[in-house]
Amino acid sequence: MVAALNAALRDALATDPEVHVLGEDVGALGGVFRVTDGLAAEFGTQRCLDTPLAEAGILGTAIGMAMYGLRPVVEMQFDAFAYPAFEQLVSHAAKMRNRTAGRMGLPITIRVPYGGGVGGVEHHSDSSEAYYAHTPGLHVVTPATVADSYGLLRAAIASDDPVVFLEPKRLYWSSDPGPASSGDVPPIGRAVVRRTGTSATLLTYGPSLPVCLEAADAAGAEGYDLAVVDLRSLVPFDDETVCAAVRATGRAVVVHEASGFGGVGAEIAARVSERCFHHLAAPVLRVTGYDIPYPPPMLEKHHLPSVDRILDVVARLQWDQ
Amino acid sequence: MTIVDDSTTPGLAGPPAGHGPRRDPAPLLPDPRPVRVLGTDTAAVFDPTLLHEIHRQLVLGRRYNQQATTLTRQGRLAVYPASTGQEACQVAAAMVLRSRDWLFPTYRDTLAVVARGVRPIDALTQMRGHAHCGYDPYEYRIAPLSTPLATQAAHAVGLAHAARLRAAARPASAEDLVALALVGDGATSEGDFHEALNFAGVLGAPVVFLVQNNGYAISVPLSRQSAAPTLAHKAVGYGIAGRLVDGNDALAVYSVLSDAVAHARAGRGPVLVEAITYRLEAHTNADDATRYRSAHEVDAWRARDPVTLLEQHLRAAGLLDEARATAVAREAEELAARMRAQFDAAAQPDPDSLFTHVYAEPTAQLREQAADLAARLAADADYDDRDDRDDRDDRDDYDGGGA
Repeated sequence: MVAALNAALRDALATDPEVHVLGEDVGALGGVFRVTDGLAAEFGTQRCLDTPLAEAGILGTAIGMAMYGLRPVVEMQFDAFAYPAFEQLVSHAAKMRNRTAGRMGLPITIRVPYGGGVGGVEHHSDSSEAYYAHTPGLHVVTPATVADSYGLLRAAIASDDPVVFLEPKRLYWSSDPGPASSGDVPPIGRAVVRRTGTSATLLTYGPSLPVCLEAADAAGAEGYDLAVVDLRSLVPFDDETVCAAVRATGRAVVVHEASGFGGVGAEIAARVSERCFHHLAAPVLRVTGYDIPYPPPMLEKHHLPSVDRILDVVARLQWDQ
Repeated sequence: MTIVDDSTTPGLAGPPAGHGPRRDPAPLLPDPRPVRVLGTDTAAVFDPTLLHEIHRQLVLGRRYNQQATTLTRQGRLAVYPASTGQEACQVAAAMVLRSRDWLFPTYRDTLAVVARGVRPIDALTQMRGHAHCGYDPYEYRIAPLSTPLATQAAHAVGLAHAARLRAAARPASAEDLVALALVGDGATSEGDFHEALNFAGVLGAPVVFLVQNNGYAISVPLSRQSAAPTLAHKAVGYGIAGRLVDGNDALAVYSVLSDAVAHARAGRGPVLVEAITYRLEAHTNADDATRYRSAHEVDAWRARDPVTLLEQHLRAAGLLDEARATAVAREAEELAARMRAQFDAAAQPDPDSLFTHVYAEPTAQLREQAADLAARLAADADYDDRDDRDDRDDRDDYDGGGA
């Protein structure tokens, strides 16, 4: 996935002179995850700018650059390190179009490596998507495959609205068989059915997609034929694809790493219940992280949705009715 | 007056190399005595035409502040943070900029916005209760008024940096623009102020920061805000030049800001200007300034009213006769009358506009919500119509059709 993200940035920089990458360590180092590897050498240190270590300043500067007509791509080094930029994101990036009656949009992509499962010490494994998804004016997307990481990042950079682009850290080193780059840019706002099934539908995104696909494979042995939907975009939310996939099976489980309370899964469960009530044979259930601070590396396996936890919840979908 | 003499201090724009001691701080340090022009020999060298224009803008600005305050008391503005007493800073900020430059104002800087050419009714759009700033930022090169403190200073840095990037990439369309960010004394405590100045210093961006130090952040005095020798001294920590000016001396503010803008435009780096001034009115109409400052203090500052100070100078220099004073006063009354007329004719916002500009294209969910609100409003209107008809029917039935 890192190579695909790097290719997306390289192609965007090569195609559009207004695209500028900025962030901490994105230059000579190529970013702590090497997503910007080689970009400063190829496009110069102004197009791929090492900034002072100050997230609000990075995003605030990017907002000013976007006001002038550039297309900044900001790298926040880690999920929990993005919080100092929250005011710039919520009070300015998300609202500038509305505060100017549509005259000033801000085409900024804010890349945020997020999620756990990589043995990170504290502040390196947060799932912060609910904060962003709750803010009107932001698009929030998260790829789960190599192909989508390229296509969605190109789409995010091309978007005329600010996009929070959440990169699942534990999939950085994944190499699923999708193409690393292609001209096929998936539109922001469309979910995709990764696996069809007849028993129940798993609704998931980002780092939990591979876990759900694995759970679906394992569920066959227990007699369940599970469908898996990859949301890809949390905002805008694809009610159409999600509801069609849930109605097809009559049962749904939402799976994500973030804490459950007030999380994206709660919104999804509510939307599905509101729209698919008469098609449902059981309540929409969730498999999420616990409502605790992100646990230390030695305990995170208990917190993250696992194949076993998903299968246990699938078994509780009122099959004997 | 230059900000820094480059012949002795080369390479001010951008950071020096190495990580040991890197730069002599002395040229960056502000003189702790605020620059004054009124009452000095320098005042005599000002072009009379410029003096008359600054005076005219000050008088108009004062009347603008008074009229906006009155409109607020009448309930026609939701809120108005007046810049009464700070007109020298407001007017100078607009006057030193060229049309290609950008202004980054706060909520207290609507006078600077008006002085740059925006109609008062438009500059006050948010204060009237609308979602948007009321003017086209690209037409006037003015960012929307910023309510979160100091956040827009970083935008000024980014925009100025972007203009230089664009100029380097496309020399044919190069703009040597300057971005002027306005902040108050309280905002210098915000992290975004620090980050903006730091980025400006590192990037060598053509930005001028004007701190209007009016002594209070709502009720909290500067002594509870900062222990710095002056706020202008903060510049030195970022490797940029700091300058201190008497903010009620319109000629001094104009001079120092002009020099700062020229310095930034020439690529010599950003400048932080602190103007010491005073807010003669309360923070807003919702504030009670008598709870935190004395009438004695306010009176002392009233005696240093920026409009009066300049008028005294002009009269003493024989540059302001009764005919000119009357003409400017009449123009100020016309401005106030125009503001009242504009407010009388102001349009109400369309409820559908709530959904229009959240994204470039509304999401499916927003389209649903907009349709829901529209249906509710249509049903309400329908109900009101029926209600009116019923009232008329009632009159027909029971009042014999009498009016």
